[in-house]
Amino acid sequence: MTSEVVVHTEHLSRRFGELVAVRDVSLDVERGEIFGVLGPNGAGKSTTIRMLCGILDPSGGRGTVVGYDIQREPERIKERIGYMTQRFSLYEDLTVEENLAFYSGIYGIGRRARRTRIDEVARTTGLDARRRQIAGTLSGGWKQRVALACATIHQPPLLFLDEPTAGVDPVSRREFWDQIHRISSGGTTVLVTTHYMDEAERCHRIAFIFGGSLLDVGTPAQVVSRRGLRVAEVRVDRPLDAALALREHPGVDEVAHFGNDLRVAARGGADPEALALEVLGPRGVRVLESRSTRTTVEDAFVSVVRSQERAS
Amino acid sequence: MRGLSAGRFASIARKELLQLRRDRLTLAMMAGLPVMQLLLFGYAINTDVRHIPTIVLDHDRSRASRDFARSMEATGFYRLVGEVESYDEISRALRSGAARVALVVPPRYSSDLSRGRTARIQLVVDGSDPQTVASATNTAVSLAAARSSELLVARMVESGGQPVPMPLEVEPTTWYNQDLRTATYVVPGLVGVILTMTMVALTSMALARERERGTLEQLIVSPVRRVELVLGKIFPYVAIGYVQMTLVLAVGKLVFDVPLVGSIALLYVLALLFIAANLALGLFFSTLAKTQQQAMQMSFFFLLPNILLSGFMFPYEAMPEPARWLAQALPLTHFLRIVRGITLKGSSFADVASELVWMGAIFVALVTLASLRFRKKLV
Ligand SMILES: Nc1ncnc2c1ncn2[C@@H]1O[C@H](COP(=O)(O)OP(=O)(O)OP(=O)(O)O)[C@@H](O)[C@H]1O
Ligand SMILES: [Mg+2]
Repeated sequence: MTSEVVVHTEHLSRRFGELVAVRDVSLDVERGEIFGVLGPNGAGKSTTIRMLCGILDPSGGRGTVVGYDIQREPERIKERIGYMTQRFSLYEDLTVEENLAFYSGIYGIGRRARRTRIDEVARTTGLDARRRQIAGTLSGGWKQRVALACATIHQPPLLFLDEPTAGVDPVSRREFWDQIHRISSGGTTVLVTTHYMDEAERCHRIAFIFGGSLLDVGTPAQVVSRRGLRVAEVRVDRPLDAALALREHPGVDEVAHFGNDLRVAARGGADPEALALEVLGPRGVRVLESRSTRTTVEDAFVSVVRSQERAS
Repeated sequence: MRGLSAGRFASIARKELLQLRRDRLTLAMMAGLPVMQLLLFGYAINTDVRHIPTIVLDHDRSRASRDFARSMEATGFYRLVGEVESYDEISRALRSGAARVALVVPPRYSSDLSRGRTARIQLVVDGSDPQTVASATNTAVSLAAARSSELLVARMVESGGQPVPMPLEVEPTTWYNQDLRTATYVVPGLVGVILTMTMVALTSMALARERERGTLEQLIVSPVRRVELVLGKIFPYVAIGYVQMTLVLAVGKLVFDVPLVGSIALLYVLALLFIAANLALGLFFSTLAKTQQQAMQMSFFFLLPNILLSGFMFPYEAMPEPARWLAQALPLTHFLRIVRGITLKGSSFADVASELVWMGAIFVALVTLASLRFRKKLV
């Protein structure tokens, strides 16, 4: 399979006055993949997407989306992308169906095709029963579905989703992600931002951005393994003291409380279980139980962000 | 450049209509406001010309002079509120608003009358209110004329048919010259003022509302063209404009008996451009405003020069040169000439064609401005 680059940026930057919201971002997104962008609040995720959609001018660098230059040909891009904004941005005073009809109209879907397309989207997103409901009265999860339906009504080859599942319950999130995978399997490229690490693991590839800079790009497994972390869950008799002691050790990357357990991540391929015994033994903290566990994207993400915070 | 799409334009227009239909409050206001304003304005005008506080400076102090003053009061237009001794007192009373009109009877009034010379009565009128000037002088002059013709007939009989001088004359003096206007002159103008007010306000919020609610981002990321968006947002409000115009004209006719001399059909056709120009202006404001509140403020600021410069309150001809240039740029200036021309004088299309050209130019300029100013960008 030959890969085709759908989104390509070189040193893309954007400043707002003094603030550099996006700094020197160079990345490629390939056709058909689900590309996740992870970063804490204010990292520059939305700003990046807006530049790629052609509704915000970059202050430096360049980029092409579906083959068109983001600065010179934004209107070409707009015909070929779908964009679900971070804030719910449908017309709350219109019904679900009216919203769908409106977006199919402005995306130039002809009158006859419109009917069948709306029916189809309503069916696949499970919106059929709520077509006549005023959008503003929908619950959060349903609103997100309608927003997704509107963003995909014209079957764009590239879809931008900016935190599509923020504030949505876990069951709805799962269903939403099933939907994303269904769209992707049809050949659509999806670029999605999220704060949820379980969602990151559902992406084909992910990018970490922090403070406007791109820190790492790769498959979830690559990104995790590049951090060189090993993680163990350790049960001790005095968790607070244990966490304090462990954090002081240079070989320990991160310690987090998980109920009665501590989740201990060790750097440089060191064994966190051995490390725990070594550090806690002399301090009289008893290790009751421990077992090594899989390193997750969340572990890698927290590790990256922490090390950046320490550096700055 | 890609072509404009009727489908996209229609989608925008249909969406605006749907939203408007669900916005009952705005709809009610659009209908209620013109009627309320018209009644307020209309009755304010009517009550103004009754019981005008009037003072008398009587140098003659005769029965004849007191008679004239009393007959003035009998018309119902004047209310005698006191006697004064000097012109100084008159100016003080007018300035303070204690009186709007002063009747000045010269020393030899009764002797002039009885000797067959022309007796002159002076009427000093507060010109700050043009409505007062018109009615106050008209009434006094016709009163004097009625008196005069009685005397005239008597004297001509006495003199055996020889020509005799006018027995009685009123010399009106106003603080400054106003052309004389009446309620019928104001109500057609009100059509234009009310349309300016509501049309600009309605559309000025159209884009600001999308920005506030976050729907603008979704809109500008679509392939919709700027002109399609601007025209699509203007179109549905035209209907509202026509409803308002009909309301004002109907109430004006029924309640204030405003004559509709010319072709109403012509008026409705020409009004289209005026309504559209105001909507385009509102939309232009909308591109400047960040919030709906700012948009609202802008349209209110805009209303003031319209009322002052358009000829609604002060005659265009009496304004200084720079003010006239400004006035020419206001759609209302031209529409006032059209609406007054058609309703009061029965003007034809040819009579008002030049105003139409002006309004057309203003409309095109505003749509262009709004389209250019509206960038499909966030910042
Ligand atoms: N229009 C703007 N004017 C000024 N500053 C802005 C503007 N838009 C974004 N910023 C700033 O740029 C930085 C990046 O913002 P951005 O919205 O891209 O972050 P984000 O990664 O999407 O965050 P979140 O997860 O909270 O959505 C922030 O500090 C933000 O305050
Ligand atoms: Mg964001």
